Amino acid sequence: MKPKAKILNPAGIESAITRIAHEILEKNSEKEALAIIGIKYRGAFLAERLAGAIKKIANIGVPIGAMDITLYRDDLTEASEQPIVHSTEVDFNLDGKVVILVDDVLFTGRTVRCALDELIDFGRPKRIQLAALIDRGHREFPIRADYVGKNVPTALSEVVEVKLMESEGVDEVVLYEK
Amino acid sequence: MKNKKLKSKHLLGIEELTKEEIELILDQAESFKEISERTIKKVPALRGKTVVNLFFEPSTRTRTSFELAAKRLSADTISVASSSSSVLKGETLKDTARNIEAMKVDYIIMRHAKAGAPHMLAKTVSPAVINAGDGSHEHPTQALLDAFTIRQKAGKIEGLNVSIIGDIAHSRVARSNIWALTKLGANVTVCGPKTLIPAMVEKMGVKVTYELKEALKNADALNILRIQLERQQRGLFPSIREYAKEFGVNKEVLKKHAKKDVIIMHPGPINRGIELSQDVADGPYSVILQQVTNGIAVRMAVLFLLSRGKTK
Repeated sequence: MKPKAKILNPAGIESAITRIAHEILEKNSEKEALAIIGIKYRGAFLAERLAGAIKKIANIGVPIGAMDITLYRDDLTEASEQPIVHSTEVDFNLDGKVVILVDDVLFTGRTVRCALDELIDFGRPKRIQLAALIDRGHREFPIRADYVGKNVPTALSEVVEVKLMESEGVDEVVLYEK
Repeated sequence: MKNKKLKSKHLLGIEELTKEEIELILDQAESFKEISERTIKKVPALRGKTVVNLFFEPSTRTRTSFELAAKRLSADTISVASSSSSVLKGETLKDTARNIEAMKVDYIIMRHAKAGAPHMLAKTVSPAVINAGDGSHEHPTQALLDAFTIRQKAGKIEGLNVSIIGDIAHSRVARSNIWALTKLGANVTVCGPKTLIPAMVEKMGVKVTYELKEALKNADALNILRIQLERQQRGLFPSIREYAKEFGVNKEVLKKHAKKDVIIMHPGPINRGIELSQDVADGPYSVILQQVTNGIAVRMAVLFLLSRGKTK
């Protein structure tokens, strides 16, 4: 894979998260009902950062969860390699919550579809909203994000890679040519 | 952990598995545990797959556990008990299996009194075959859930001292446990009356003792096996009372010879007051019911991992 362009640097990622935190607080009046759930792996790290930003701005603690969507994938029977299942950690009741679902890159929308199915197996949230650090287009499902860090129009031959301190030891988003 | 998978599409025994494969199953089971704690205990991973439980020997725990594991992964399950099947009409195992295969099922989970029956089945039919106990040969998922439980309690398996106490010679649980634990790096001791310890068992990499107190000394975990009462009729030990006296694990003997926090396991069903006393079975260091809970997660992991096996 050839790197083509750097889409976000550490400051860019931080300001995107801060902006999304402000938008979430603006859009939702019932702040005590807020909950953030990240899609593993990077979405879970972003969820924690987002909760941190909300705490900083509004001084409210928001419950955080993490979901692994492997068991809900629609390509399980055709995926050629064995996917590894990670655990899902949602240890609070979702009934009546306003759930902010967080992922790093919004692409086909299939991952989000899995996450929505898994979420409603946990309870009946009042509302689910979607936050993505990068929206790269090419949706295959009628799904859109409520909060986007950065819109990046891409070609299908390109790959967007989000790297985070927690997993890769560096904060950056890079566009590659396959 | 990426791209790891099981080499075989069947689970016939622990002997055939590598250390890495055993660890893969245990690691995956970790992720499946939480599903049984949810209000809606179901994920769609095996939707559209069919699992047949083919039990030629009685079983409550194992059959229920496999059935729940499959159902929590959204597979369709059906149980065939030999007592109500055409086996009674004289149908051979091969014919029964071929007929089930013809109904397009994906898994056959089998318990059979003859060692090697699932191996024969795996060569005969195309569904994935899981051995749920074959004679006194292997009971792989029991060993996996035992290892999982020890790892959960002690944090690791490598370097631990585990003693298996009871009828080692006729026990598939013992055999599978020995394979699993030695592969994972535990020091395994087997203990029982001489008549119930197989000759040359040391070749499997275990220590042998005929004295309970030796087996208790320094043990981190005890796996106490059910003593099958019919063995006594065959003269392999003099009386149930004598067995209980020499090899029964109770509070007093533990206090005298064992570590304070030794993990107490039993694959069930328990003969209370014979191989294990009431107070120890229900005591604070007994993990017998956790073994049962963990059994579902381990079997979910096995079903999920085998669903991807392409090679025969």
